[in-house]
Amino acid sequence: MAAPMPNKKKGARVAGPAGKMMPGEKADDFKGTLLKLVKYMAPYKFRLIVVFTFAILSTVFSIISPTVLGAATDVVVKGLMVGHVDYSALLYILMILLAMYVASFFFGTVQGWIMADVSQSIVYKFRDQMSKKMDRLPLKYFDGMTHGEIQSRMINDIETVNQSLSVSITQMITSFATLIGIIVMMLRISLIMTLMALMIVPLSMIVIKVVVGRSQKYFKNQQKYLGNVNGHVEEMYTGHIIIKAFNREEESEKVFNEYNDKLCESAWKSQFFSSFMMPITALIGNASYVCVCLLGGYLAIKGRISIGNIQAFIQYVRSFNHPIQQVANVANQLQSTAAAAERIFSLIEEEEEVDIDAEPKVKVALEDVKGEVSFEHVSFGYKDDEPVINDFSFTARPGQTVAIVGPTGAGKTTLVKLMMRFYELNGGKISVDGNDITDLSRTNLREMFGMVLQDTWLTSSSIRENIRYGRPDASDEEVEAAAKAAYVDHFIRTQSQGYDTLINEEGTNISQGQKQLLTIARAILSEAPIMILDEATSSVDTRTEAMIQQAMDNMTAGRTTFVIAHRLSTIKNADHILVLNHGDIVEQGSHEELLEKDGFYAQLYNSQFADM
Amino acid sequence: MKTVLKYYKPYIPFVGLIIVFLFCQAMCELLLPGYMAKIIDLGIIKGDMGYIRKTGLIMLVIAAASAASAICANGLGARTAAGVSRKLRKSLFSKVTAFSTEELGTFSTASLITRSTNDVQMIQQATVMLLRMAIFAPIMGVGAVFMAVKTSLALSWTVGVALICVLVIIGICFVAILPKFKVMQEKLDRVNLIMKERLEGTLVVRAFNTEKKEEDRFDVANLDVTGINRFVNKAMSLMMPSLTFVMSGVGILIVWVGAHMVEAQNLLIGDMLAYLQYAMHVIMSFLFVTMIFMMIPRAAVSAGRIGKVLDVVPTIIDPETPEVIENGQGKVEFRNVTFRYPDADSRVLAEISFVAEPGKTTAIIGGTGSGKSTLINLIPRFYDVTEGQVLIDGHDVRNVAMSQLRDEIGYVPQKGLLFSGTIADNLRYGKGDATDEELMEALDIAQATEFIKEKPNGIDEMVAQGGTNVSGGQKQRLSIARALVKRPKLYIFDDSFSALDFKTDKALRQALAEKVAGSTIIIVAQRINTIMDADQILVLDDGHLVGKGTHRELLNTCEVYQEIALSQLSEEELERGRD
Repeated sequence: MAAPMPNKKKGARVAGPAGKMMPGEKADDFKGTLLKLVKYMAPYKFRLIVVFTFAILSTVFSIISPTVLGAATDVVVKGLMVGHVDYSALLYILMILLAMYVASFFFGTVQGWIMADVSQSIVYKFRDQMSKKMDRLPLKYFDGMTHGEIQSRMINDIETVNQSLSVSITQMITSFATLIGIIVMMLRISLIMTLMALMIVPLSMIVIKVVVGRSQKYFKNQQKYLGNVNGHVEEMYTGHIIIKAFNREEESEKVFNEYNDKLCESAWKSQFFSSFMMPITALIGNASYVCVCLLGGYLAIKGRISIGNIQAFIQYVRSFNHPIQQVANVANQLQSTAAAAERIFSLIEEEEEVDIDAEPKVKVALEDVKGEVSFEHVSFGYKDDEPVINDFSFTARPGQTVAIVGPTGAGKTTLVKLMMRFYELNGGKISVDGNDITDLSRTNLREMFGMVLQDTWLTSSSIRENIRYGRPDASDEEVEAAAKAAYVDHFIRTQSQGYDTLINEEGTNISQGQKQLLTIARAILSEAPIMILDEATSSVDTRTEAMIQQAMDNMTAGRTTFVIAHRLSTIKNADHILVLNHGDIVEQGSHEELLEKDGFYAQLYNSQFADM
Repeated sequence: MKTVLKYYKPYIPFVGLIIVFLFCQAMCELLLPGYMAKIIDLGIIKGDMGYIRKTGLIMLVIAAASAASAICANGLGARTAAGVSRKLRKSLFSKVTAFSTEELGTFSTASLITRSTNDVQMIQQATVMLLRMAIFAPIMGVGAVFMAVKTSLALSWTVGVALICVLVIIGICFVAILPKFKVMQEKLDRVNLIMKERLEGTLVVRAFNTEKKEEDRFDVANLDVTGINRFVNKAMSLMMPSLTFVMSGVGILIVWVGAHMVEAQNLLIGDMLAYLQYAMHVIMSFLFVTMIFMMIPRAAVSAGRIGKVLDVVPTIIDPETPEVIENGQGKVEFRNVTFRYPDADSRVLAEISFVAEPGKTTAIIGGTGSGKSTLINLIPRFYDVTEGQVLIDGHDVRNVAMSQLRDEIGYVPQKGLLFSGTIADNLRYGKGDATDEELMEALDIAQATEFIKEKPNGIDEMVAQGGTNVSGGQKQRLSIARALVKRPKLYIFDDSFSALDFKTDKALRQALAEKVAGSTIIIVAQRINTIMDADQILVLDDGHLVGKGTHRELLNTCEVYQEIALSQLSEEELERGRD
């Protein structure tokens, strides 16, 4: 068996200390995206200015303090020389120092508080806009993307932006302020010592570059093999039973061990190389520290610098490396923030459904709907070059039950989706009671339809809430009546909490068949004049199916109904059967008429029951 | 936890070396301030440039030694972490591979995947961190305290005060912030859940016009998460400046107190400056140690989750002296078989007895939860019987080596599970040396030739992981073909025709009847027309065998069968079936 393909998605995001060193993905339009992000911050202009000012002030105070502490030392040193310390001078200096620490603490905290408010407000707004956008996007958009991708924008990308807003931005400001501040303070003490200390910068840069470059290779390998290992694990655990049935345990373990060994190798090497960074930069820091001592000592002997100043200088040198690394980190983070923000913006700015805000030309009251649905020369394709429906014309009379049959991919479900205007037509027109559906508002149109789908979607709330989903104002009695009509009342009452039983997140506490019945109850309660049943009984066993069948008969009485089903036995009683193939009606008529015709339908039907 | 700790055992020498190296590093770091003090006290104040130069050189050497020690310790740490996680991963994988279906079920596949991937990754990261911080911080802390006390015992209370302040701040965080992190995660999960539900239910949401309702539901969750995030961020932005403040404050205290001691000739000025640095080291080490304490519980959870898997003793294992099936015919016999899940009261299968003869088709039908799948899973020993016996060619399946047992069986699961690789790779899964002709024949029987031909690369077409580029019906046919390539004596089809349309279903069964005539065939099905022509039909209801016979016999005698037939067949077909 060939090696499984490296899995790109899974395991791609590995958290941890090493993660920071990976240059993240880049935005296509870095500048533009950042500009947009800045626009989002515009309403908080005033507060942001305060934040920046406070961040800088906080930094300034914390930068000046070593000098002041040095001055205090000098007072002590002077005291040592003359025999007695000038305590009032010392106290004065220390009090100034204390005041500076307090100021730094104050500005730092307040800036953090304001920033927390601002960043959370922006993140809230992002989430809110994405949430609202979701309901305005055409379904076509969702077809082209997996749920995972959209969720990743909603979760991971927002989290990245959140992190960046609440931490990185201020960090960047303080880092720059610190760098500049430190250089200024050092220059004040001694030009020559500053020049020497600044030599660390290029040295540090080179080290970081070399180390990152080296470990990059191993990091990439690590990601790759981690993806392989995780992919293999997932595949093999999922296929557990097949592995056993085909005696493939050994081969599977062999493949796994290969990946695992490679992963181990690259993992420790990447870890090792990246761990060079800290000690080496520390060594450079220490070396410059020694140089400062040497040079400072020389200058002090010459009387050109005080001991307090040496002490202050040492502190500056020590804290010089940190902001350099931080700026590098923040630069990386800005890249991935821009990439994340770009994806968020692209969703928010995505093209919306046609005329979503347009004033509807016609408004039909629900009581007045008769239920005549007609298709006139409808053509449609999910992709422009792949037509699914070619030239479809048909009229369903009020109260009629219309069954749609045909092989997979014939376009059965598509017709239903077009009726409810989930997609826009390529040509032709669909009308309900003579009104073109594009003249109605989507809300108005969709409230005419009740729908039961193969996919039994329920929300994680109580059973009652779920049945009431389409009509929030329905009374408890009405909910229970609908449940009775759907033959699910008894089941609900056997649950410990009855109608208030919560459906859990995965919906695992209720069987598929019961869920199906609940969705039917939901549709019954909606009291829509037109019903759509799309493969509503495909995944339940035959005895439950019989029950569902009966529930559906209750529901469809007197309403225009469209039924889609695999099992031909369930649609024999329809008033009219449309046989679809490749997006065209190949036959239509009643069950008997179609059998008599002895065509496609008869063939389908007989193949189902013929003796072998 | 204990189970996982055992995996560190071979690395004890490594850990020992790491301790040594980190000890060296800490000592070096702690020596530097002392030398700096000497430069000030003996060099600068006395004006001795030679002494300064000499001491400076020593300091450089010490700094280099410190860096070297750190690198060695890091390398060993990385090695240990990667090695331990490699072994953990390997053991987990072998263990899970050896699991029976039952043991797999107690954990769920998704959870086992997380345990083998994310949890191991977590352990690896935690190991790296712990081997660095958890060893270094205490050494550094103790060393710094020692040096500080040695430099000046009288000044030590200042550090004590600072530590108490730090402790109070951290204590407040533990009580006030830490629990909020959990709440934050819960709120975030809620946001994600609602989002997921809305994505999955887009169609329903729009059909029922409940966009506004969903948006409101989301908004509540969004406000919640924003609120808690705001709180946590604010609390954090209070914590960091507070800690910095304490650290700076202790500096003021040391200088003030130190000044008096310097004046009284109890303390050298350089030592006072060195003391400042020791104090910082003590506080930093203390902070690191608390950070480690926050990290350990998270790693312990992962370790516990991994340990739980490793501690499982597989219940289904090979017999010590396996019996060998010679010239197997594929005859299967159930003798009074009862099955219940461990710790469960109700029986999934109750006293089932039947014989499936070679050359004949035995079909099993019944409602969901009637025990059909469990029954056939007993044959390849995916589960073991609770009472009674399952025999294959006269041997109890528990007395035969599992590899031989499973070689006799061609198993087709309900879900057509394929692996990544080419279609041909998948077909050869049970018989690595099968020729292309054999593959073609199997595809022919499985009615898969036609759609394979439509693929641009034929049987060399790649199947994506999870088989996402193949439709459900195609997957089923391919997994049928995969079993056929093996040419076993016994075929088991676990509802394997459900995704096929009626035409294909029928053609497949016809081909099967012709081409594998001599083998035993056992079919589980939901659709009655799939099994109408079986030689023997078993009707299961709630774990009991309530009917055994042919379609005609059962139509006249078995009530459950009649019910199922009634719901699926039309009147004429029922009439045709009755005598």
